[in-house]
Amino acid sequence: MIRTRDAGVVAHTIIALSIALFLLAFLVIPVGAVCYRAFSDEHGGLTLAYFGSFFSISLMQESFWNSLLVACASVLFASLIALPLAYFTVRFEFRGALLIRTLGVLPLIMPPFVGAVAMQLIFGRSGSINLILNDRFNFSIPFMEGLWGVIFVESLHYFPFILLNLSVALNNIDSAMEESAQNLGAHGIRLFRRIVFPLALPGYVAGASLVFIKVFDDLGTPLVLNVTNMLAPQAYLRITSVGLEDPIGYVISVIMVVFSLLALWLSSRVMKGKDYSTAQKGGSSPLRRRLPPGRTVLAYGWIVVVLLLVLSPHVGIMLLSLAKIWSFSLLPDGYTLDHYKTVFFDSPRMIGNTLLYCGIAATLDVVLGTTIAYLILRTRLRGRQILDFMATAALAIPGVVLAIGYLRIFKDVQLPFTDTPLTSMWIIIAIAYAIRRLPYALRSCVAALQQVSISLEEAAENLGATKGHTVQRIVVPLMAGGILAGFVTSFITAAVELSATIMLTTTQTDAPMSYGIYLYMQSIAGRGPGAALGVLAVIIVALGTYFSHRIISGRASLSGNPANVDR
Amino acid sequence: MRAVRVECRNIAISHGNTQVLKDVSLSIEPGEFFALLGPSGSGKSTLLRMIAGFNFAHAGQLLVDGRDLAGIPPWERNIGMVFQNYALWPHMTVERNVAFGLEERRLPRELIKTKVRAALDLVGLAAYAKRRPDQLSGGQQQRVALARTLAIEPRVLLLDEPLSNLDARLRVQMRKELKALQRRLGITTIFVTHDQEEALTTCDRIAVMDEGVIQQIGTPVQLYDQPVNRFVANFVGTVNLFEGEVHLADDAASCQFVSPQLGTLPFPGEAMVTSRGKAHLAIRPHSLVLADFSAKPAADQVSFDANVIETEFLGEFVRYRVASQNAEWIADQPHGIGARLFPVGSKVKLIFSVRDTRLLPR
Repeated sequence: MIRTRDAGVVAHTIIALSIALFLLAFLVIPVGAVCYRAFSDEHGGLTLAYFGSFFSISLMQESFWNSLLVACASVLFASLIALPLAYFTVRFEFRGALLIRTLGVLPLIMPPFVGAVAMQLIFGRSGSINLILNDRFNFSIPFMEGLWGVIFVESLHYFPFILLNLSVALNNIDSAMEESAQNLGAHGIRLFRRIVFPLALPGYVAGASLVFIKVFDDLGTPLVLNVTNMLAPQAYLRITSVGLEDPIGYVISVIMVVFSLLALWLSSRVMKGKDYSTAQKGGSSPLRRRLPPGRTVLAYGWIVVVLLLVLSPHVGIMLLSLAKIWSFSLLPDGYTLDHYKTVFFDSPRMIGNTLLYCGIAATLDVVLGTTIAYLILRTRLRGRQILDFMATAALAIPGVVLAIGYLRIFKDVQLPFTDTPLTSMWIIIAIAYAIRRLPYALRSCVAALQQVSISLEEAAENLGATKGHTVQRIVVPLMAGGILAGFVTSFITAAVELSATIMLTTTQTDAPMSYGIYLYMQSIAGRGPGAALGVLAVIIVALGTYFSHRIISGRASLSGNPANVDR
Repeated sequence: MRAVRVECRNIAISHGNTQVLKDVSLSIEPGEFFALLGPSGSGKSTLLRMIAGFNFAHAGQLLVDGRDLAGIPPWERNIGMVFQNYALWPHMTVERNVAFGLEERRLPRELIKTKVRAALDLVGLAAYAKRRPDQLSGGQQQRVALARTLAIEPRVLLLDEPLSNLDARLRVQMRKELKALQRRLGITTIFVTHDQEEALTTCDRIAVMDEGVIQQIGTPVQLYDQPVNRFVANFVGTVNLFEGEVHLADDAASCQFVSPQLGTLPFPGEAMVTSRGKAHLAIRPHSLVLADFSAKPAADQVSFDANVIETEFLGEFVRYRVASQNAEWIADQPHGIGARLFPVGSKVKLIFSVRDTRLLPR
């Protein structure tokens, strides 16, 4: 008995160490190097001088405040969109529930930098909406001017994070919580303020902090909208134009990491000890009330407005991909399939590259995710929490920062038998994807493994199966749904990753679709093919989302657990 | 505070096409401890929630203290309800939970303090005022829920399966405390439960419900001794039931119960026969006596030869399953120290008196 246990510990230790090594090499050391560079002078001494010079450059100050403003404003607007929608679906008998659920997915299937171009054509200064307004009412609304454009695109893209998390939180509030308050005399706004909102707060904060991080880190949207006075674009521009030695790029990186960590810390502080839903759920489903007719009209009105806004980038990009010319006009002047032809003949490689990189990244993620999940939940290996912590920490690392770290660490590293540096090889893109999506895949795998009752494994061992056979024949098959969902999530989100992609793509032949879309969008003539490529990306992501949703909801009905709602 | 009467008149409630309550009428006296007893799905919780204002009656009237409550929302009814899972708000301390209803009533701060204190004293939890609900045991949570409801001095107290989440020993203790508290406060109280023992031990009167219909209303003793139908007989206590028909005997002065299982049983005197025609004969297990096979029944007793098929030793009594020629019976025999048990397979005499049986309409 003791011998087999020791052998198990040795095997687990070896596996854990290899994973730790991988995470060290591709996450901890690169990010550490970025931080080190930001805090050390030429002689390697500790200095805050670069931070001083960062804040003495007025463009940097401006970028800092702009990034903060855009992230906060996006959270605010995303909340304004999501809050009523969540409350409608969960608390009222309401036919629009399906519509809202669709609303919750639609934006997520299109990367914001793809939508941004279409949004400009629709909401821009000379876009369709303002053309109409100008024509009829002689005024225009600057939806897309500067920072407002970024805020507009980001809040429209990321509000589903708040919607989904908040809906789950509201759904988990036992109806008796509300009923007992009514029974004691509370109703209306007071009931919402004193009972409903405090109980749903953890869900809201989880969603809001996610939106904050995503927006704060986003590089693609500001670049496409030509807004460069923000932190992520500045970091990118400093490193690519001034050079890899410029300390300001590193200072920006550190600031971005600090704010991401801050947001995560805040959300975990609010969540701490407040997992009300599971503690108090008493079995009765939430009470759904009938909306009074007046408010039904208001509710549907709001949904229609949001739906139109949410659909506009999709429609826009579709039109753009089919348009001969679309400029200063309500709708395109003519339609053609040429752009798709261009894409298929010019850049079939890009599609292939995306499938290859994302396939590798997603496979790596689920293998790492399943293994780490097993190590944390099923072994007593010392220090196993460190693996969980390292893998999850990637959540706080913006793509730009990770890429800068890679460029810094691996520029002189060559694989044996080659003379190209690691940073010029496409595999580094796939690894960056894998590291960035690992937290989500890990959560998915942990959730899947938590649902496998340990007694099922004990039963197998009791009937004579070894540890290895038990994992192979019982654990993995039972986790399969979760693993698959993790794979799909990693795959589709990697397919539209741009920040690390821009910095790590060195040659045209190695470029994935997201890079291609970005390149095409740089020129007016490239917009058509760019949009066509965008439509293809959206189709890939939509299919992936659909299947992962089917898998997750199939499993949820099996186990009664709600699906994980971030990505 | 003055106790009030609660009256339901011809209440009907449907969910979609299913009728959950059908023409329910009952009157609960001021200060009465009243139970709604029935299996799950019988409509008892629906009725309780209707009184609290969470369900709407599609027909009928609900009168509290003579006033129709139709159209009055839950928060204006002043009818306190203790929820099955207590529904303590996890983001508030015990004290804040109890103060909630008083704050909603905009009472002055000092008064709220006094009343919260009094309510917590009432349930013996004054020392736990600053705790959060998840730091309390199930029994303590239950008391907080009770204190929270009593703090608003409701006109009527509704208890929705309040003891079902407690373990067996605590349940017995809490039901005694509930009864004592109710007696002390004299508040009209409606108690929903599916546990007949709980209802029989605590309540003044009980309404037995099944399939949205009130089957019988009565005191615990009435329900047990004079069930009006097969359902009540079966649900309140254990019973042996036999199908058959009631005939007038040849002498026209007495009756007979004729069934394929028991043959013909004479019923001296007509008084105990409530209905002619199809009927059930009901007899409680403890009214049956098991005796040695050679025993002779008295003149007014009926006896059957039977075999013991199963014994369950329950301490105070032994529960036997025995088979006579065409019927199976459950017979409970009191147990004292040294008393001999009939082993499985032994032949026994099953004896009872027709006086201890009851005929129920079929």
